Amino acid sequence: METIETKRISRRELLQGTGVMVVAFSLFGPMTRVLAQSGAASFPEPDATSLDTWLAIARDESITIFTSKVELGTGVETALSQIVAEELDVPFAQIRMDTGDTSKTVDQATTAASRTIERGGPQLRQAAAAARLQLLKLASAQLGEPIENLTVTDGVVLVAGTPQKRLSYGDLVGGRRFDAKITATGTGWDMKVAPEVRAKDPKEYRIVGTSVQRVDLPKKFTGEFSYVSDVRVTGMLHGRVVRPPVVNSKPSSVDENSVKQIPGIVKIVQEGNFVGVVAETEWAAIQAAAALKVTWSTPETKLPANPDELYDYLKNTKSLHDQVAANRGNLDAAFAQANKTWAATYRWPFQNHGMIGPSCAVADVQADKTTVWAGSQGTFGTRQRVAAILRVPEKNVRVIYREGSGSYGRLGVDDAAEDAVVMSRAVGKPVRVQWMRADEHGWEPKGPAQLMTVRAAADAQGKVVAWDYMDRSFPWTQSGANPYLASMQIGMKPTEAGFTNGTGGGGQIYTFDNQKVIAAEIPWVHPDPTPLRTSNLRAPGDLARSFASESFVDEIAAELGVDPVQFRLRYLNNDKRPTEALLAVTKKADWKERPSGARASTGANATATKAVGRGVALSNRANTIVAAVADVEVDRTTGEVTVQRITLSHDCGMIVNPDGLRNQIQGNIIQGVSRTLMEEVKFDASGVKNLDWKTYPIITYEEIPEMDIVLINRPEMPYLGGGEPSIVPVPAAINNAIFDAVGIRLREIPLTPQRVLAAIKAAEAANQRS
Amino acid sequence: MARITLSVNGTMRTVETDPRTPLLYVLRNDLSLNGPRFGCGLAQCGACTVILDGQTARSCSVPVSAAQNRKITTLEGLGSVAHPHPMQAAFIEEQAAQCGFCMNGMVMASKVLLDAKPKPTVTEIKQALNSYLCRCGSHARVIRAVQRAAGQIA
Repeated sequence: METIETKRISRRELLQGTGVMVVAFSLFGPMTRVLAQSGAASFPEPDATSLDTWLAIARDESITIFTSKVELGTGVETALSQIVAEELDVPFAQIRMDTGDTSKTVDQATTAASRTIERGGPQLRQAAAAARLQLLKLASAQLGEPIENLTVTDGVVLVAGTPQKRLSYGDLVGGRRFDAKITATGTGWDMKVAPEVRAKDPKEYRIVGTSVQRVDLPKKFTGEFSYVSDVRVTGMLHGRVVRPPVVNSKPSSVDENSVKQIPGIVKIVQEGNFVGVVAETEWAAIQAAAALKVTWSTPETKLPANPDELYDYLKNTKSLHDQVAANRGNLDAAFAQANKTWAATYRWPFQNHGMIGPSCAVADVQADKTTVWAGSQGTFGTRQRVAAILRVPEKNVRVIYREGSGSYGRLGVDDAAEDAVVMSRAVGKPVRVQWMRADEHGWEPKGPAQLMTVRAAADAQGKVVAWDYMDRSFPWTQSGANPYLASMQIGMKPTEAGFTNGTGGGGQIYTFDNQKVIAAEIPWVHPDPTPLRTSNLRAPGDLARSFASESFVDEIAAELGVDPVQFRLRYLNNDKRPTEALLAVTKKADWKERPSGARASTGANATATKAVGRGVALSNRANTIVAAVADVEVDRTTGEVTVQRITLSHDCGMIVNPDGLRNQIQGNIIQGVSRTLMEEVKFDASGVKNLDWKTYPIITYEEIPEMDIVLINRPEMPYLGGGEPSIVPVPAAINNAIFDAVGIRLREIPLTPQRVLAAIKAAEAANQRS
Repeated sequence: MARITLSVNGTMRTVETDPRTPLLYVLRNDLSLNGPRFGCGLAQCGACTVILDGQTARSCSVPVSAAQNRKITTLEGLGSVAHPHPMQAAFIEEQAAQCGFCMNGMVMASKVLLDAKPKPTVTEIKQALNSYLCRCGSHARVIRAVQRAAGQIA
């Protein structure tokens, strides 16, 4: 069996070649190669002001970057490598990445919000620029030439006019340390690394801006890639969790006899409210977890019993904090004087991240040192929590990132790490915990439900003069904030409040004379872990808010008999980037100007069984602008909606990797269609009811739309986030297209055939009455 | 426990295991083959797919005893990064994944499809892959990869 040595391997050990044997090349590969050739005596702990902490150059010219920014499946490892290769003037293939290992990297905070390129990119770029400058200084001294006379081509320092004078980076520092200090101020996302070093002029870029192929993908198609679920440690046992069937229960009795017949059980782990099984084989652990008889206490708290109760709770519960995203003019006066007013309420349900590989982690808890392999978006946060559980200093814990399954926000991976730590401590051996599908669907932290109310008013000339938008949603937790499952089950208390659900997407992309946009934070029903724990799920907050605001904009445009694109352009007030994004998508989609929803009552479409429609929506998430046009077909007899095509324009400033960006956008469109049409966590007072893929369906091959994407590149701008911003306009574009097709307004996600059909029937009944 | 001999990727392998163990766990834990992946254990997602006697099978739901005397092919059996199968090469060329966790099922099902139908229509590709779930949304690229492997696009 392939094994990974579990001993903590320091840079020093690797440097000296006195470390343990490493069998799994992929874990320590680049570092091994760098350091095996090195003659240096020591390697310091990560320090943001030490150049050696950020990168190492080997004698074979390969360059290893150490970063806490990790590959979650979005291609950032490749894009960050491009940025570094560009700045160092080396071929892309020379760059390696060693990521998310708390013993090796600076804490650059979580990899999240599709903002890794925006925030982590400049940090690595500046570290690389500082390294290049240091290399030039070394070359200048060794070649006896002033720096001004030196150029770099493919990692070789050349002297202008003297081709025989040359030194490669490997010649200069290969296998050795820089021993150079750089400046680094601030922490995490906001850390500024070597800001005083002048980086390359983007006009000279040759690698950034090109579609370099993903470095991680080939092995993912051959089985050679090692995910966290593939980590195998010598002596490793297999753990499974036994969660309560209902919320907040305590195990009043655990019948060990119920699993006595299963061979290979090592221990039934019970600590506080936590119950798990550890076995020699994975199959034994699975059987034991399924068979173990646990009597659980009646829960002290209950969830809302159904969606209506949930939305009533959101509506009626006092807000913890109102975040004001826009507040201008006098709404009361504007509404009092208005010629026309409109109001609507929109609902967005709890949804799953639904990663294909359920959460998994491996922990090896030892007396003085603990190693955890986790698919965490923030390994330093994981380290902090593990240290708290074990009551040891953080320096005694090493968390090593290994990619889990696709990550679309904080999911169960950190919970699995806690499970593994609790069980490894209980048995004194390394334990791998793999959640089963029902564990994942039942207990992953979920994208929270949201309730949006919005009203607007127009004057006698049809100008919209008032916009009053209120979002009520639950804050989401994140790495660093509780509640997590195992730590709470063993009796720890939440240490931090949840994170805000943001404020974007409430219509503040437009300017109205009188305008208010508020995102209210509603406390979750109970601080203890429940199956409806909230968390950040792809474009958290903005997705639901934009569904409401962009649907409502379409409703007003229809009421005023105005083309929905023209309507939006009017209130964008010539704001350049959203205007250009909107014009780009309408040009690509060949948008024909007409009043919103005109097609529902026009021509053959008015009576066709399968009516077609088209809708538009616009969004700004974290300064990335996206506009989308949806083409749909609605079956009047079944209520079934087919999204035929999504045309989308995308402006995230300077593009680092166009094909990688397209890949992300396609994924967001497809996931967006899925979440719009079919996804809703079903629950009652006792917990989540849809615990598998049959009861929580996601989109399939036969349901995906055609996609047409326009990338707007702005090389004069910094790189902003690409990825999740592109999901934001998708739901409203679809919803508006449905209105265009059949003239109904839907205000609750998902847009299931039942909901669509009911709305069509209601509209027909209303028409007959009138 | 029983001694069970399996034909995996052209090699006979013997394992000591509970014969009811799903094939998936034997492949992964006893034979260190990471291609087949655990996704649901319910035969719903396709991440664990292997080829059994030329047909796709969900290894999470096949007892290892039922795989005896049959030819088992895993993702590793198709090819490697150094020597990729044409289907794997096509997936790389199309950059047809994001996290890649579900890709075992996509590649294996596509391989079986082309074995039976070398020039499938897009509709046939979608039908063949419809029960394989992908959460990142790589579907459109996977379809192109299959078309590329079939020589329908260059």
